[in-house]
Amino acid sequence: MTAHQTITAPEAADTEMMSGAEIVVRSLLDQGVEVLFGYPGGAVLPIYDALFAEPRLRHILVRHEQGATHAAEGYARSTGKPGVVLVTSGPGATNAVTGIVDALMDSIPLVVITGQVATHLIGTDAFQECDTIGITRSITKHNYLVKNVDDLPRIMHEAFHIATSGRPGPVVIDIPKDVQFGKAAYQGPQAVTHAHDYRPQVKGDAGRIAEAVTLIAQSRRPILYTGGGVINAGPRAAALLREFAELTGAPVTSTLMGLGAFPAADPKWLGMLGMHGSFEANHAMHDCDVMVALGARFDDRVTGRLDAFAPTSRKIHVDIDASSIGKNVRCDVGIVGDAASVLEDMIAAWKAMRLSVDKTALAEWWKQIEVWRARDCFAYTPDSKLIKPQQAVERLYHHAKDKDVYITTEVGQHQMWAAQYFRFEDPNRWMTSGGLGTMGYGLPAAVGVQIAHPDSLVIDIAGDASVQMTMQEMATAIQYDLPIKIFILNNEWMGMVRQWQQLLHGERYSHSYSESLPDFVKMAEAFGAVGLRAEHPGELDDKIAEMISVRRPVLFDCRVTKEENCFPMIPSGKAHNEMILAQEARDLGSIIDDAGKRLV
Amino acid sequence: MPDPQPASVYDLDHKAEVENLATFAVLVDNEPGVLHRLVGLFAARGYNIESLTVAETDRNAHTSRVTIVTRGTPHVLGQIEAQLEKMVSTRHVQDVTRDPNGLERELALVKVKSVGAERVEALRVADIFRARVIDTTHESFVFEITGAPNKIDKFAELMRPLGLVELSRTGVLSITRGADGM
Repeated sequence: MTAHQTITAPEAADTEMMSGAEIVVRSLLDQGVEVLFGYPGGAVLPIYDALFAEPRLRHILVRHEQGATHAAEGYARSTGKPGVVLVTSGPGATNAVTGIVDALMDSIPLVVITGQVATHLIGTDAFQECDTIGITRSITKHNYLVKNVDDLPRIMHEAFHIATSGRPGPVVIDIPKDVQFGKAAYQGPQAVTHAHDYRPQVKGDAGRIAEAVTLIAQSRRPILYTGGGVINAGPRAAALLREFAELTGAPVTSTLMGLGAFPAADPKWLGMLGMHGSFEANHAMHDCDVMVALGARFDDRVTGRLDAFAPTSRKIHVDIDASSIGKNVRCDVGIVGDAASVLEDMIAAWKAMRLSVDKTALAEWWKQIEVWRARDCFAYTPDSKLIKPQQAVERLYHHAKDKDVYITTEVGQHQMWAAQYFRFEDPNRWMTSGGLGTMGYGLPAAVGVQIAHPDSLVIDIAGDASVQMTMQEMATAIQYDLPIKIFILNNEWMGMVRQWQQLLHGERYSHSYSESLPDFVKMAEAFGAVGLRAEHPGELDDKIAEMISVRRPVLFDCRVTKEENCFPMIPSGKAHNEMILAQEARDLGSIIDDAGKRLV
Repeated sequence: MPDPQPASVYDLDHKAEVENLATFAVLVDNEPGVLHRLVGLFAARGYNIESLTVAETDRNAHTSRVTIVTRGTPHVLGQIEAQLEKMVSTRHVQDVTRDPNGLERELALVKVKSVGAERVEALRVADIFRARVIDTTHESFVFEITGAPNKIDKFAELMRPLGLVELSRTGVLSITRGADGM
């Protein structure tokens, strides 16, 4: 009898005794998991043994456990399903830590299974032992150490429930090796009794919703400020957002994490807001009289100077996480609930109460917004000899926009240019590390996205510094024949660090130059991928077209101007309406005061 | 209109606001690490812990009751409550201080070493505070006293000149008046 047959045994098998390792595999199957990202090691060998003969679970072997977590994040973000990671004890778990925090900050559902030394060895400083539960307690939504194999079915299913409901996040399950060998009766997702009474509030309070829509109807200068919560609430939330924007006629801006929930092609779209957001979005936020924050958390990158943040506005804040409401910015109407559910109720209330906006006031508001828009804040001057990074993303967008495209990024200037110049019409198409700001996120995330969408075009818009942090995952892309495109905006600098040193630290470029860069074309070839390089504006289009047409992984070394800065920018410690454009940015150091320099 | 706010979230210390003590009663799932989770939350977010008591209160339901006394501005206390509610292991959070029916009690063991008139006076004060003598030698007493935290503060203050040697306190426990449970 093979392991496969054991696992597919009929319902009667629910009372059958299984090993802990088999329970893990069976639970994953019962949770609808198709793919897991992992790396074997001593403390997870029994689980790998159970996977050996299981064709329904596809295991993707990464090259470093951080890669597994980011790949799982990319998979989760692009599908709406939880990402699953399997790593060993000790270094396997510690290597996964960065990706786990990243998932916590950006509310990505992950279930991370870590091996642990046998229970009798815990606390003895055994080989590859570490206090995984202690280390991950503050970086997970919840975590478990399974001390008794009888608890394993319950914990496995509960972990998926916790990771995917409410505000999504990572859950770690630490399973000692003897528990993986131990025998217990399996119970399915419906049969287990959860130990935790975890029931997040999904439906918003009706009274507050009525109050909110009344406030919006009375507004003269409304704005919808949306975040990753709208994406997490599923495609229905994005559709309802479009309907609500249509009903109210309000302009829409979004955080970095929320891009794609509202179509960039819609005239009501103002672009991203915040430190490197659009001029029109930030000015509209500053001058609005009613702000509707949907699944966004008033991050410091969004608000800028808090005592000058939208000073004339009444604020409505919809969030599934009650602790986000009123945390950084006080709001007038706080609604705890899922973005889709609350939007649906707001639309219903708007219609039932026969509300309408003041059309004259709204027309005035839009007239003002068009004045801001006319500033054309993303304008840049192309160069005849050198490729501008903005131009590179613009041309990439031109070639990719009609394709079934998914974009991931690393972290830094290229990430902001990608957010500014690539336009998204649908949710789940944009994967970036927003909260934690993890350099090295994009390449493994692209691996995860391409696994989920094998026939789509998946591009990691990268920087020369970031991409070296997880470059080893190119081998994963080769192994699984994943035609990911790594589009490197190579300026030979840690660009955002260099920009801040230029603007805030007297042009003292302390350790931010990328010395000894590898030859990315040769590196691609060494991995067995395709290497391309563009150095002149004239060859950019052809090379991008070639990259897209190749059905293999590509490392694209796009040589861009070295000292381009990312604008527009709200200088640290300044308000939204003190945003500066590229042409005004000659002496930014004198604009930012000492207090501003202390901010990150 | 919203209250004026500082330049950055990094400056969100709400210095202008008055800090108050608050007591939260938290019913949590009794599982390994739950106390670390709760204490870690306070440490990670920079909240104060003035006192903390914890014990299992329902063996069958696997629940423990934690009573935590903390200090903060109304805004911070609101955040603490929300963050406590957010923990997966949390069943219920009650702000005992804001509840008009909230009762708070603490138990203390107080060792006083003195002879002669001071020893007599210590016994007299203990009598006034309804403290019990649970151990004695010719030159010392151990008193057991229960009451609201400020009563114990007061008792310790009076015992200090009378030879207070050692003070051990449980931290605050709480419950609400009336027939309804938490």
